Amino acid sequence: MRTRRSPWLGLHSLLMIIFIYVPILFIILFSFNDSRLSAEWRGFTLDWYVSLFDNDHVMDALENSLIVAVISTLAATLLGTLAAIAVRKVTRRLKLSMNGLMYLPIVIPDIIMGLSLLVLFRLLGVETGKTTIIIAHITFSMSYVYVVVSSRLAGMGKQLEEAAQDLGASPWQTFRHVTLPQITPGIISGALIAFTMSLDDFMVSFFVSGPSSTTLPIYIYGQVKRGISPEINALCTILILVSVTLIFLAQYMLNRGKGQKKQKMLPF
Amino acid sequence: MIELVDVQKNFAGQMVVHPLNLTIKEGEFLTLLGPSGCGKTTILRMIAGFEQPTEGQIVLDGADLTALPPNRRDLNLVFQHYALFPHMTVEDNIAFGLKMKKLPQAEIKQRIEEAVAMTQLTPLVKRYPHQLSGGQQQRVAIARAIANKPKVLLLDEPLGALDLQLRKNLQSELKQLQRSLGITFVYVTHDQEEAMMLSDRIVIMNNGQVEQIGTPREIYATPATLFAATFVGENNIFSQDGRLFAVRPEKLKATRDTDAAKRTGVVQDVLYLGSIHKLVVQLDGEPMTVTIALDFTDERPWEIGEKLGVNWGSQDEVNIGA
Ligand SMILES: Nc1ncnc2c1ncn2[C@@H]1O[C@H](COP(=O)(O)OP(=O)(O)OP(=O)(O)O)[C@@H](O)[C@H]1O
Ligand SMILES: [Mg+2]
Repeated sequence: MRTRRSPWLGLHSLLMIIFIYVPILFIILFSFNDSRLSAEWRGFTLDWYVSLFDNDHVMDALENSLIVAVISTLAATLLGTLAAIAVRKVTRRLKLSMNGLMYLPIVIPDIIMGLSLLVLFRLLGVETGKTTIIIAHITFSMSYVYVVVSSRLAGMGKQLEEAAQDLGASPWQTFRHVTLPQITPGIISGALIAFTMSLDDFMVSFFVSGPSSTTLPIYIYGQVKRGISPEINALCTILILVSVTLIFLAQYMLNRGKGQKKQKMLPF
Repeated sequence: MIELVDVQKNFAGQMVVHPLNLTIKEGEFLTLLGPSGCGKTTILRMIAGFEQPTEGQIVLDGADLTALPPNRRDLNLVFQHYALFPHMTVEDNIAFGLKMKKLPQAEIKQRIEEAVAMTQLTPLVKRYPHQLSGGQQQRVAIARAIANKPKVLLLDEPLGALDLQLRKNLQSELKQLQRSLGITFVYVTHDQEEAMMLSDRIVIMNNGQVEQIGTPREIYATPATLFAATFVGENNIFSQDGRLFAVRPEKLKATRDTDAAKRTGVVQDVLYLGSIHKLVVQLDGEPMTVTIALDFTDERPWEIGEKLGVNWGSQDEVNIGA
């Protein structure tokens, strides 16, 4: 007998898709709309994309975003990877508490992350600006890298490294020739996620940014308060495109690696 | 060659390997045989250096190995699930140990060729492990180990993951390989038939303890303990006057002359197995059944439910303790 699916389930999924994706579709659609004011379709244009690149504020924000994303990604990737490797060598109890600590920045609400970091910077007397945003981004990006790399390490098991040692490889040779190649897709994937998270972050950045360190999401927020312009739609469309591409790339990297079992990071 | 001196292993306070003394001779095929969880892998891992013995020493060629890390021990382990490096070709897998030891290029090339020829992998050297069948992966694992020319090869159920037919083929290949290489094999299995077929000597283990060490013939003909008697081959256990002894099915005789028989019983089942057939007999006045193996020359027909006598010669009784 075939199991029949409830029609309500289908309806539910449909509504979900409408609620989540239709607004996004509208943003993309209206970024090509040939009218500054109207919510009506007036024909196709790329003008808004062109004017984005002429806008100094946008270009400044883009530059800030990229600087923050690149530096925080590099640092978070290094730190997250090292943490994931180090945790394998400690006792089970220490490992559990380390895991808890590393997962915390992912589950803590962004607003609390932002606020607490701001309090910290104030206490230390650090002036907010690009540096503080970078530090803030490292704190949460590192957790994503850690999660991805440690799942890759767990999937690899200890056997390959034992085999390498058995064949005469020193601990360093084992790491260099076996462990590292095995986890590289995980490291790259973690880095891509970290980059995306940094690029997209508004909440944490908002708290710890200074006057001259406006990132793209903060700029967008500032503009939207004065009404939604088609340029903002265009900017959002670009951000969506970049994020989706990076996340798919991350997923692809995670599944790369010859003879590896497929690992799912995303639910599709 | 290898000596285990009072080697003992505890995990979390529990004794997994009881104090063990074992001398493994040069060039021999020694098998550790025992049921799952009896400590076979643990012993192998202690010899390879992945586990530290709680007590005792491991000596190879007169040198104490106990404190050496695995990469400084002149022996190789073939893992149960092969542990091939997925990101390297067959060739690179085999070359790995040689490169780590920084052998000259020409030497590496020659050793790969030898190992590959011996394991019949020549057409597959450019493939990656996931492009190989289970049996081929198994061969790569062995080639990778023997390319290092170790003094001892340790094998942890190397055929455990393969199907029966392939197992049979690889068993004879392994035996030939060991003969032609002349290196010591320490082999782990829980398959008693495999152990009997391959080994020069077998160590029978149960619950972390050695039950018996001997040649396959000794183990089959004169098992030392109840466990050894029943774990290897089929056996019938009798208890008489506080004495326990075993008689192999082929040493039991079935007779219709019930008065002159040592035991009497009723035929419960007749099993036809080609070259032999077996009678399963429920003994009178005892809760147990015995199995009698009759060879193909014995043409007497037996009916289920028939009464019969069971006889044996007293020289075929093997004492296995009280
Ligand atoms: N790292 C470990 N920590 C705690 N207990 C362990 C560890 N490794 C093995 N054991 C225990 O030691 C006992 C022997 O294990 P071992 O792996 O040596 O058995 P085995 O004879 O190889 O069994 P199998 O045939 O199933 O492979 C088992 O009871 C197992 O649970
Ligand atoms: Mg085992």
